[in-house]
Amino acid sequence: MSTHYQADLVRYRETLRGGMSWSMIVKRGHALRLTALADNANVALLAFNAQQPLDRYNMPDTLKAQHTFLLTQGHILYSDMGHALLSIIHDSVGWHDTVSGVSSRDIVETKYRVKEKYGDGSYQQLRNDWYRSGRELLLVELGKHGLGRRDLTANVNFFSKVGVDADGNMQYANDHSKAGDVIDLRADMDVLVVLATIQHVLDPYPHYSPVSVSAEIWECGIAGDDDICRLSRPENARGLEKTAHLFCQHSHDRSAI
Amino acid sequence: MKGFCIEPSKRNPTDAIFHETVNAGDYWLHELKQGEVLRIVDLEGNQAVDTLFFNAADPHDRYSAVDTLRAQGNVYLTVGSKLLAQSGATLVEIVADTCGRHDTLGGACAAESNMIRYALDKRYMHSCRDSFLLALADSFFNKHDTSLSKRDIGHNVNFFMNVPVTPEGGLSFADGISEPGKYVEVQAAMDVIVLVSNCPQLNNPCNAYNPTPVAMLVWSH
Repeated sequence: MSTHYQADLVRYRETLRGGMSWSMIVKRGHALRLTALADNANVALLAFNAQQPLDRYNMPDTLKAQHTFLLTQGHILYSDMGHALLSIIHDSVGWHDTVSGVSSRDIVETKYRVKEKYGDGSYQQLRNDWYRSGRELLLVELGKHGLGRRDLTANVNFFSKVGVDADGNMQYANDHSKAGDVIDLRADMDVLVVLATIQHVLDPYPHYSPVSVSAEIWECGIAGDDDICRLSRPENARGLEKTAHLFCQHSHDRSAI
Repeated sequence: MKGFCIEPSKRNPTDAIFHETVNAGDYWLHELKQGEVLRIVDLEGNQAVDTLFFNAADPHDRYSAVDTLRAQGNVYLTVGSKLLAQSGATLVEIVADTCGRHDTLGGACAAESNMIRYALDKRYMHSCRDSFLLALADSFFNKHDTSLSKRDIGHNVNFFMNVPVTPEGGLSFADGISEPGKYVEVQAAMDVIVLVSNCPQLNNPCNAYNPTPVAMLVWSH
């Protein structure tokens, strides 16, 4: 049964400096807790079935299964094979973006290009404070697992909000997340998490200042019958059931769903 | 960028260099040369046309919904929308539209997502993703000396599909806003491979529970 975060359940802890890439296989029954260490954090994140990376996070399937444009507590990040990868079992923020992608050096909107927005920022000049883009950081980290641009799908931007108006115009929300904001992502299978701690592509702040986050892996247990994500929608009850089949487990009486 | 725009085309069907009907549940693969215009006609109304675009010269550079939406600053596609590849290059641009609005957040139906969305026993039902996978095994790709696989199935456009997003963060599949004879035209900004699944979905209103044929017309400019 899935439980709440407690310090004595933490098995691994690492501070992820702003502007870095990172990956980790989070085992089923464990959760990744991300804590923002300053205001306006952003974590661009991709998720894959660690055993079969073709089974990967799918933004449209995730949104349409849960009739949502935003991600928050109670939602599940689904793969394109109908599997629950990560369940959002706790969230202090309330809205996470998954429709805006990441920054890149040669993005079509010139004003968002790293160099245009922040300046040169070369390694020669700044050493490890040099200016990175989300796309290059994710490609570097994907490459470590034999993955590449074909595997770079729509990512989640944790801690960031991009809303829409009645006409569908997208609007980045300033000052959305605060230092200390936290999200717990339960792995419902062994999940390869690939992420970059990098400013949101639409963040208008003109200075390169990616925020550091704390990453903790803690033992949360698998989704129980009273799980917040399982109970949030009938689709999620089916999603967690279908995922349990990967482990020859039936989390529920199948006739009930 | 406006979220809804009607702009009819001046192109005459008698001048088209290609004209074909695609039945519901079938796929359609075509290389569109730079400058050519593809019209998709919703012959009987409310038919979702799930469409993938690839850069023909570099097919691993495929259509990206998130880059397209962010660049235009709006979550709906209509006249003026430039459909971008992951590299940022423009693949095609919507140059005429009598429907007014198209979706690219709803993705394609798949056996596995149908199990989650509707019931675990829906796995057997035909889906767009099955059509895409069948198409990727088509000899078309051998002729083009190109190998694509499930790995290359990214996000698609859903022409004629209505997926309203609300300021509160809701998203739903609503009754179609298309009608018999409505069409959309895209002009190729480079040589592109177009892969269409004429959607077989029977579980939601995206095809008004009645999948129907669409027509494909191509003009040289």
